[in-house]
Amino acid sequence: MAAILEIRDLRKVYDGGFEALKGVTLDIEEGEILALLGPNGAGKTTLISTLCGITEPTSGTATVAGYDIKTQYREARKLIGLVPQEINLEPFSYVETNLHFSRGIFGKPRDNAKVEDVLRKLALWEKRANRVRELSGGMKRRVLIGKALAHEPRVLFLDEPTAGVDVGLRKEMWDVVAELKEQGVTIILTTHYIEEAEAMADRVAVIRGGEILMVEKTADLMRRLGCKELTVELREPLAEIPAPLSDYDLELAADGLSLTYRYDTQADRTGIAGLMRAFSEAGIILRDLHTSQSSLEEIFVGLVEGEGEAQ
Amino acid sequence: MNLRAVQAIYMNEMQRFFRTILQSFVSPVISTSLYFVVFGAAIGSRIETVEGVSYGAFIVPGLIMLSVIMQSISNASFGIYFPKFTGTVFELLSAPINFLEIVIGFVGAAATKALFIGMVILGTASVFIDLTILHPVAMVLFLVLTCLAFALLGFIIGIWAKNFEQLQLVPLLVVTPLVFLGGSFYSTDMLPPVWQTITHFNPVFYLISGFRWAFFGVADVAVGWSLLAVAVFFTICLGLVARIFQTGWRIRD
Repeated sequence: MAAILEIRDLRKVYDGGFEALKGVTLDIEEGEILALLGPNGAGKTTLISTLCGITEPTSGTATVAGYDIKTQYREARKLIGLVPQEINLEPFSYVETNLHFSRGIFGKPRDNAKVEDVLRKLALWEKRANRVRELSGGMKRRVLIGKALAHEPRVLFLDEPTAGVDVGLRKEMWDVVAELKEQGVTIILTTHYIEEAEAMADRVAVIRGGEILMVEKTADLMRRLGCKELTVELREPLAEIPAPLSDYDLELAADGLSLTYRYDTQADRTGIAGLMRAFSEAGIILRDLHTSQSSLEEIFVGLVEGEGEAQ
Repeated sequence: MNLRAVQAIYMNEMQRFFRTILQSFVSPVISTSLYFVVFGAAIGSRIETVEGVSYGAFIVPGLIMLSVIMQSISNASFGIYFPKFTGTVFELLSAPINFLEIVIGFVGAAATKALFIGMVILGTASVFIDLTILHPVAMVLFLVLTCLAFALLGFIIGIWAKNFEQLQLVPLLVVTPLVFLGGSFYSTDMLPPVWQTITHFNPVFYLISGFRWAFFGVADVAVGWSLLAVAVFFTICLGLVARIFQTGWRIRD
């Protein structure tokens, strides 16, 4: 698929001298969901703000469907919708009026049917005549999404869409995003909830200190970096790891009642069969065993910490 | 030109005005009536005429200017400051519009509201006294130019202000004194010579003088000077706004 968003060596240095973006280069394909993952202050919001026109880039370029975000900003911005991190809404304004206003400033003619459609999809139609301040937090966030969708953008930026949202609403938000993807909208989301990226994103870009550390398909990333852990619970406690097991990378729990074995799911030989044989040779009786796979969060923490040590 | 965006901003601002139409209408009517009771009837009965015009009629142009200037500034400054305060300004910055379109939307709406209130005051005043306007076209021209110029000033204040205190500061410390000392309620002939000279440095003095000329054909300074003063003031504000547009000062990082 063709890239709808092409970012080339984008830099942003704030007046105080702080370099928030250190030459970001990234292609985002039409129709995909890209998760932008990074710790606080990594440059996620700066990157989004720069692409949307809220922040001026210091150097570098970016195009949306071929339109340069600076020289052809009118064409470029018409294709972009932005859902900010903060709930930025005028408390006294009405829900429906809000969407008509957003559509208007993006240069689209008034379209009651379109606005109704967006409101219905976001389960806000019943609340159309309410003032924003009368809505719950989750509804306000949906109003923000509705405003961003009112002008029918092809690219949607979601800056931490589920921050401070309860579990039920978060799932609801994921459904909304999934539906948008089905309609062909390209989605770039930043998030602190790594399970969110794991559940939704086609690709993950890891950003830290204003630099993109890596971009990979979510599934590949999980496979490439994913480790599995096998935890074996023992009937009798062990004081130390017995000799026949010393070849394996094992960790004994403090109470001596469980052993943890770490292995790579991608390796030809996981060593599990051998380990099991070694257990019986050593005369160790197993009570139970279970495996767990590392989440993107652990991968991410590992990656960021690893980079930190390298510096 | 993204005219739909200009229209959207303009209508959005006007809706706020329509939501509070009663306050917008009632408060100038009441305050104007009070001015007439105090200045027109109580004090005016002891002053016969000023430059051949009854005192009650004489203060009408000053009263209108006073309200119109304050309204233009507060409407425009609040209009642009409020989105900054609530954070909704992000949408204006990320929309396919330029700064000029934003200015036209906000300043246009602020000037319209001020013009409406000016008309309400004129209507209320004509209930109390007989008013004949000698130069209606010039009167409207002065009024419209004043609304636009001070709405631009208000817009600049709204961009500059970092909190609600600053939003009130300039109108309170600068504009109110200039308007009161600009001859709203008196002719400068009544002042001692030193103060007459000082008054000539007050831009509002030229506005009120020209506006009064449009009503009664009498003025403190020649009407040409008044027009020039409005034009210069308007141009300065426009230049400042253009500069803000170029640099993105206090709006865009």
